[in-house]
Amino acid sequence: MPRIVVASGKGGTGKTTIATSLALSLDSSRTLLIDCDVEAPNAHLFLQPRLERREEVGMLIPEVDAPRCTACGRCAEVCAYHAVVVIGKRVLVLPQLCHGCGSCAYNCPEQAIRERLDVMGVLEAGPTPSGVCFARGMMQVGEAMASPIIRQLKRWAGDGTSACRQAAQAGLHPDASSDGQPIVILDAPPGVSCPVVETLRGADFALLVTEPTPFGLHDLRLMVDVTRELHIPAGIVINRDGVGDGQVEAYCAAVDLPVLLRIPLERSIGEGIARGEPLVAIRPAYVASFQQLYACVESILMETER
Amino acid sequence: MKIVISASDGKLDAPYAAHFGRAAYFLLLDTESDTWQAVANPAVNASSGAGVQSAQLVVNHGAQAVISGSFGPHAYQILMAAGVPMFVAPAGASPSARQLLDLFKAGQLQQIAAPTTAAGGCHGEEGAAGEGGR
Amino acid sequence: MSRVKQLVILSGKGGTGKTSVTAAFAHLAVGSQPNGLRAVLVDADVDAANLELVLAPERLEMHEFVGGDVAVIDAERCTACGVCVEACRFEALAAPADDRPPQVDPVACEGCAACVYRCPNQAISMQPQLAGHWFRSTTGYGPLIHAALRPGQQNSGKLVTLVKQQARLLALDESYPLLLVDGPPGIGCPVISAAAGADLVLIVTEPTTAGIHDLARVLQTSRHFKLPTLVCVNKADLYPAGTATIKTYCQQEQVELVGCIPFDTVVTQAMVAGVPVTAYADGPVTQALRQVWARVKGSLGLPGA
Repeated sequence: MPRIVVASGKGGTGKTTIATSLALSLDSSRTLLIDCDVEAPNAHLFLQPRLERREEVGMLIPEVDAPRCTACGRCAEVCAYHAVVVIGKRVLVLPQLCHGCGSCAYNCPEQAIRERLDVMGVLEAGPTPSGVCFARGMMQVGEAMASPIIRQLKRWAGDGTSACRQAAQAGLHPDASSDGQPIVILDAPPGVSCPVVETLRGADFALLVTEPTPFGLHDLRLMVDVTRELHIPAGIVINRDGVGDGQVEAYCAAVDLPVLLRIPLERSIGEGIARGEPLVAIRPAYVASFQQLYACVESILMETER
Repeated sequence: MKIVISASDGKLDAPYAAHFGRAAYFLLLDTESDTWQAVANPAVNASSGAGVQSAQLVVNHGAQAVISGSFGPHAYQILMAAGVPMFVAPAGASPSARQLLDLFKAGQLQQIAAPTTAAGGCHGEEGAAGEGGR
Repeated sequence: MSRVKQLVILSGKGGTGKTSVTAAFAHLAVGSQPNGLRAVLVDADVDAANLELVLAPERLEMHEFVGGDVAVIDAERCTACGVCVEACRFEALAAPADDRPPQVDPVACEGCAACVYRCPNQAISMQPQLAGHWFRSTTGYGPLIHAALRPGQQNSGKLVTLVKQQARLLALDESYPLLLVDGPPGIGCPVISAAAGADLVLIVTEPTTAGIHDLARVLQTSRHFKLPTLVCVNKADLYPAGTATIKTYCQQEQVELVGCIPFDTVVTQAMVAGVPVTAYADGPVTQALRQVWARVKGSLGLPGA
């Protein structure tokens, strides 16, 4: 049940390009792509899903039942984020600082705190013309925290063992043949901090997309550190090969990271992607490359299991 | 009337502190008894929630008006909820706390109806003490 | 006393060229007429801080950044009852095997301390966690305040806020009129922290379908926080239809488009050489950047166009 996360560290290296083309090159009846870049999701532009399922998502924010509240201040005391404040006899909640931990509600001696869902975004899913199942999260503009949305998105879109079976049952993909193992591809956000880690949690493999430039190398190193800390095997895709220098290749060789695919810098590829065409539609020959990449990932996973 | 002025030091002649949540000191002035005291701000270096803690501190001291250079959204929310009006020092000048008090008494300070700093960092308050005095 | 003006460069989508544009502005500021414009440079992309790679900084100071706390379980007091595991909403506690205490995942732990209050044996305490470092460096274009978050850490936003605070203090102390901030991608916490207090946001976008989509999101974000905003298009000739779409969009949204920068591998060549592109070569990219810089300075009300 391979869960492959496509990540990079540096933004704009081609995560979405690679993730969507990988999904399009595999057996679509058992492939699910989850766009975890909830701040700026783009995968839908390339896969054109029909978004039939929708669910609001958010964080549980405390709400004080004023008649029961004695203004004892216990809630403010246990809040690690100064998100609950007692002013005279009133309790003020600052949702922007709240992390939804539930500690205030639990610790209130009068049971005077309820929790309500503060909607931060929306989860959506549906089939695509290619047959690939699709799910994404979209954070509301003005919200700060992506991680809670990503966490819930992954749960909602289906766990690795029965992603497409569940999807089929939920009407996501009515034609899913549930015999083959589902393949889940997650398109990660840029960066190396908590939203990316949240996306990586539970992954079997990290496909790291980089460009052969100083910025690309710098951020790739950071990303490799993260995958090592999370004990997730990794492989590299070098995008826009030909621009820049050879340092990324040298680094990969030095740290024993397999380079699973190289895509040369070609203006016409860039133009096609600018138009919103998936890489495998611009250059169908890459389908075979992605299938080969997947076969490599499978064999790496089998090796690590042993 | 109990008035609080954010200041860069614990003296009436110290320059006022331009950002409420990050003030080093709060000067608590009682205009009726003509007395005052200085309270150091424990939240001055807090990595987050400085505005919240500072607002709570002045409310707990019974502030009936607060004067500073600017107020972030969290401090603003709390002081509003507590019914404490907020006033800002005139831009481009750097008066001492004492001078600000005189301006306030003469009705020359502007009361604000919204936070003066654009969204503070979501996990922290934007604004170093500055602009007008530290 | 003059204020410090803050210019923050955002994009929404990653990889549009924020850092290259920031470095170019740093170089152009120094050469501004009549006496140069002094700026404090800030790299607010603390996850993947690249600005230093093109400014050749000399590091002067390094400081620790403690982000939040992490739960630590005292094995002697723990009875492996598992109550803390149930209390944790962030999947930071793994259920105990046999009688051993639960394992705390320091990366998942958000420091909320809910477990501390639930533990019947007071076996859990919160310990501060080193989340990264911030630095003050000097470059040929002015001081640089930057940071590095340890991989996988939370509290990006806090570190960004800290970096900006330090930069602003420096600017006030030494009378720099401008803070030039290289922002992170996205629209969430780190971006909000980077943009807080900006006098002007410049969105660097690209004429791709994805870039245009994310331009809308980041523009909505900057408007949500009521920040004056300008837009410029990088790699503009890569897809002229896309650039035309952006022009129309900007007109509809009443946001000023201040320039179009052509796609050119010279930008990467300059990056490899470790210098801002405007210092590297004098072609169409540099000319376009000069024009954008002039418009940006005008909007900020800074001297010397």
